[in-house]
Amino acid sequence: MDILRRNNVTLLGSGDGPVVVLAHGFGCDQNMWRLVVPALAERYRVALFDYVGSGGSDLAAWDEQRYSSLHGYAQDVVEVCRELDLREAVFVGHSVSAMVGVLAAGAAPERIGALVMVAPSPCYVDDEGYRGGFSAEDIEELLATLESNYLGWSAAMAPVIMGNADRPELGRELTNSFCATDPDMARVFARTTFLSDSRDDLKGVTVPTLVLECTQDAIAPREVGAYVHAAIPGSRLVTLDATGHCPQLSAPEATAQAVLAFLDGLR
Amino acid sequence: MCRVGEEPGPPDERAATDAAFTALLEDSAEDLYEQAPCGYLSTLMDGTIAKINDTLLGWLGLERAEVVGRMRFTDLLTVGGKLYHETHFAPLLRMQGEVHGIALEMRTAGRGRLPTLVSSTVKRGGDGEALLIRTTVFDASDRRAYEAELLRRRREAEQARAEAERAHARAEAALRQAETDRQRLTEALSALQQSLVPSSLPAVPGLETAVYYHTASPDLLGGDFYDLFPVGGGRWAFFLGDVCGKGPEAASLTSLTRYTLRAAALHDPEPAAALRTLNAVLHEHYTAAGDPRYCTVVFGLLEQAEDGRVGVKVASGGHPPSLILRADGDSEFLPTPGGLLVGVLPEAPFTTATTVLAPGDTLLLYTDGLTEARTGPTREGLFGDEALLAFAADQAPATPRGLVEALTVLLKGFGDGLEDDTALLALGVSAARPTTDPAADAP
Repeated sequence: MDILRRNNVTLLGSGDGPVVVLAHGFGCDQNMWRLVVPALAERYRVALFDYVGSGGSDLAAWDEQRYSSLHGYAQDVVEVCRELDLREAVFVGHSVSAMVGVLAAGAAPERIGALVMVAPSPCYVDDEGYRGGFSAEDIEELLATLESNYLGWSAAMAPVIMGNADRPELGRELTNSFCATDPDMARVFARTTFLSDSRDDLKGVTVPTLVLECTQDAIAPREVGAYVHAAIPGSRLVTLDATGHCPQLSAPEATAQAVLAFLDGLR
Repeated sequence: MCRVGEEPGPPDERAATDAAFTALLEDSAEDLYEQAPCGYLSTLMDGTIAKINDTLLGWLGLERAEVVGRMRFTDLLTVGGKLYHETHFAPLLRMQGEVHGIALEMRTAGRGRLPTLVSSTVKRGGDGEALLIRTTVFDASDRRAYEAELLRRRREAEQARAEAERAHARAEAALRQAETDRQRLTEALSALQQSLVPSSLPAVPGLETAVYYHTASPDLLGGDFYDLFPVGGGRWAFFLGDVCGKGPEAASLTSLTRYTLRAAALHDPEPAAALRTLNAVLHEHYTAAGDPRYCTVVFGLLEQAEDGRVGVKVASGGHPPSLILRADGDSEFLPTPGGLLVGVLPEAPFTTATTVLAPGDTLLLYTDGLTEARTGPTREGLFGDEALLAFAADQAPATPRGLVEALTVLLKGFGDGLEDDTALLALGVSAARPTTDPAADAP
């Protein structure tokens, strides 16, 4: 199987430092990074990819059982790193991908030399003595919202959503495309993301780690950022003056600067 | 107002209409904003609500003072809506500058929910910097109810399909089970069948034998039977017969008949005596018990003479006569007239006949499946005794194996006309029996 094709891998930038792997979270695809890529690519080699089931990935490679666990997504990361023969790469994971990075670093320590966790949460659902911010019912409500937005989406739309240059008349349909995937796959990714609990995996992180959080994040509130920072020995916590869950979009300069400062510190 | 195909009215009337029209058009932009049939709101880039119209406040049951500058757009959403906003809506808006027709649910003051369709655009300043987000909100309650119904129907269809697939899987499992059961039954029937007729005949010194057995019943259980076995003193007994009926019930009668005859022959191999014993057993077991059943059978005894010929003594109980194909090409029936069906009467007379088989002679025993095979579309055209004798005349002289092979071809030629079980047993004295060690003839 062609892993680079399967995960729609994009390589750009130049530099002799570690390769920076940018991993999107639940909802959209590698386009999420478009505002920070130029600043990073100026000095580092950058690898972008889509998880199977998202963006421009090969939907035929979907395996519901594999992707019903974060380990399945981590396997995508390890396979992409191996295919690119990356060593000591810096894995930048947004949202749920931050935890995928933790799992991938544990599975292939020679491939991943550092982690940047952007708006991470190891567990979204409240638990005794832990506040993730959501209840299991909230997650069901998200799934219902997903479903109502995918109404009318069908397998016939897949080629359109995956970018069909031959049929410009369908361009209108592409308006909301960066965050459109097969609804069945999106549902599985949503469940896997929001019902996972990776808190126990944090203490196993041994690589240099940067935790980036926003001042106002409805999905990963600051107390969760503090929890992650405290659980990973030696990690650094940077709070970006940004709102929302996607600082790489709402505060791209600040995000890029924080990542670059961390990268420079590794050398 | 628009008049088509009419002359304009008098000048003063036209002036009044224009005045009313102008008054209507002077509907203030402010009033249009506040009272529009959709919700409007503007937020800072961080989501803080800067402006909101009366329509949306009314839908949500909120006061302007508690909203403006105090709440963010996501505060208006349900938790699921908020999650969707953060993971889909906001990134899309940031990347594209606009998002259209996203379904989100809003929370209303009475802890209710308002399904909406939301579109947003980013307003930029002269230098391209994003300044604020303008959002329109449409009440999608009716549409959402319709969609919910569509979803419900789709789930029902999916469930029905899943149920159909499960039923299909169950049917396939049942089919596999049935196939396994059928296989087991076939094996059991095959074992049972072995008890009705021997799987192979024993080798009798100086004698050639051949058999053919056909069951008309689909469960392989036939009503015809035969056997050949030693009874001591160099003598061999044989029999061939046909019980009434077909299938499993006939098979149990066949089994009883076969083992009774074998046991009787060991006690007294005299053919008529063996048939009398069988008659007594069957009569007692079935007819006297109110379940009349019977069979027809030819029982014979073979005794080899010094000169290589074989003496044959047969007794028949209601069975068709045996047929002899002589080495010289003659063929003849060996009549055993007057014998009664076995098992019908408490005492029954049986006719005995004798003959001698010379080398090259062949004795054929058969059941009426052969002679009563249809040669035409109706039962009016049956193969019959005369045709059988003619067929034998054509074949004579014949070895047992050659004769049975020829008859097998004949039977297959009847096709559907072969309606009954059919058994053939041919016994013959070997035509050229080596009397010395073959090795001695070698040069």
